[in-house]
Amino acid sequence: VCCLRHATPAPRDRFASVDTHAHSPLRSMRLRTYVTYFLQLEAEMEEYGAGDLLSEAMCAGARVVVVEDCVEAPAAFVLHLLLKRALAAGGGGGGGAALLALAQPFSHYDRVLRKMGCNLSMHRKSERLHFFDLQGFPGGTQGGAIADSLAQLYSAVQRVVETCRAGENAGRFTVMIDDVSLLEVAANGSADDVLDFLHYCVTLTSEMNCSLVVLIHEDIYSSEDGVGLLAHLRYIADLVIKAAPLSTGLATDVHGQLSVVNKGMLIEQRPAKGQKVWSFHFKVKENGADFFYPGSRH
Amino acid sequence: GLVVVAFDRSPEVYLDIMLRHGLDSNALSRCVRILDCYSDPLGWKQNIRSEQHQEDSGTPCSTNKDTITIFRSVKDVDKLSCSIIDLGRGFEGEGKTYFSVAVDSISSMLRHASVQSISGLLSNLRSHDQISSIFWLMHSDLHETKFSRAFECLSTMVACVEPEVVDSVYGEERRGDMSFLEHNYSKAKFHVRLKRRNGRVKHLYEELCVEGYDVKFISATSVSIEVNQSLLPKVQFNLELSEKERSDRANVVLPFEHQGKGEPIRIYDGRRSLPEAHQDPNLTTAALLDETEALKSANPKGEIHYLRDSDDERPDSDEDPDDDLDI
Repeated sequence: VCCLRHATPAPRDRFASVDTHAHSPLRSMRLRTYVTYFLQLEAEMEEYGAGDLLSEAMCAGARVVVVEDCVEAPAAFVLHLLLKRALAAGGGGGGGAALLALAQPFSHYDRVLRKMGCNLSMHRKSERLHFFDLQGFPGGTQGGAIADSLAQLYSAVQRVVETCRAGENAGRFTVMIDDVSLLEVAANGSADDVLDFLHYCVTLTSEMNCSLVVLIHEDIYSSEDGVGLLAHLRYIADLVIKAAPLSTGLATDVHGQLSVVNKGMLIEQRPAKGQKVWSFHFKVKENGADFFYPGSRH
Repeated sequence: GLVVVAFDRSPEVYLDIMLRHGLDSNALSRCVRILDCYSDPLGWKQNIRSEQHQEDSGTPCSTNKDTITIFRSVKDVDKLSCSIIDLGRGFEGEGKTYFSVAVDSISSMLRHASVQSISGLLSNLRSHDQISSIFWLMHSDLHETKFSRAFECLSTMVACVEPEVVDSVYGEERRGDMSFLEHNYSKAKFHVRLKRRNGRVKHLYEELCVEGYDVKFISATSVSIEVNQSLLPKVQFNLELSEKERSDRANVVLPFEHQGKGEPIRIYDGRRSLPEAHQDPNLTTAALLDETEALKSANPKGEIHYLRDSDDERPDSDEDPDDDLDI
């Protein structure tokens, strides 16, 4: 079990070599139990997308995920990972995603996820991925019409979620926003309008089996006088993933530390062990990221 | 009955919590009404539906049509107030029915309306003759202190949930390390401030413990003692007593507590004590005799029985004998 936990998902043939021809019925029973257990574990790993520490901390049921990062430890890689898992979710083609991108153009995400083994262009064509290019948001009108632009954006997102849900694939849908700080800038600093928009996105999670993942830059708000968007988001979130640099500085093997706080609001979100706060290190690679407890890097 | 004004969570969550805590669905439909300000607070969804010429699908869950009422204009505080009262009047009962109002949360309301209008709403509700109690939730770190205080002034009881472990050193070293939060997610300090009718303020301290769906309150009497002692002002000299000092004080025999231990009673009246007077050559014998005469003629017949009060009374004791008065 320990071996499987840190390895990449095992291919199915690994279990073909298990010898079920036993000399005693007890031995064969035990072997069959082990085999069933491993197969179950593998299925679970496939569902969560590899049995790494991040998926263990997150559990399948988290509805509203807030990812916090800073300049020294950017967490865009978490979004990429979650996007890949959202598009791969559910064995038989279920699941889908909507990406509201203010930070980068489509080509950037396509390139990054291609190295991680996920073809965004293909998903976009097959309508599994809905890409909203918001680099020029809100466009022409400014001022009081910000609320209207956001309402229209929400309307588009709701339509996409409804269409996906109505189709054959009734799997988990993920709405991802990269990122909320830029959305606030686009709204001319009006945090209230952004919060209204986010609230409506949150209602989608409870009504339509949908997850919301947002990225926010924590260091923008740390020196603010008033209470910013960050505090509100921390209250709304079911799960907070915070990326921070190591206190000891830069390192080649470890790029930073990740804290996951799983508030477990609803029953299906409570982690089995009851643990609510996870803290581990990460290293970003070309094809993904490694998560490991401090000191256990091999 | 109970009217829940729901901003932060879907109405089903509240119903689910109540069901989980033992209320059956009949009781729920009889006694609970939820004003749903969560699903469509600004009417965006309704606008989308009318644009797409769809029929109004009504409440999301058809089985709870009577219990849940959608409210779509949270910026209009007067309309909100009327809706709450209308829902409350709808409770059936013999004679005059009273209902309570729960608001989750005032912090969300404050994003849509001003402090003054919401205070006005609460005052209106408070003075309504059918409303027996109002309770609301406020996230104090989302607002300026003065706004939190304003709402505290409106209330007769303030209950604060405070973190057990406070990360006072939120500096560079602790950045990103949130492992101390693990403790805070299952335990907290619970502090209640009660404003009595006679104006006195009473404090209660407990410890809150969350296990699964249950919330337990453990009264922390030890905590309250610590707080009482800390009511002494912080100055540069020591106002407290050490153990030895406390026992010495307990051993002191007060002058009016005894009638003499067999020695002549020397009541100090400002003059020097007798043995010293004997040795002083300036004092005349006549003066000395006068003193001794005065002592001898002290009337031994009158007795005073003095029962000492307890020494354990702390400063600012919470017990007010007038508390029993119900004027």
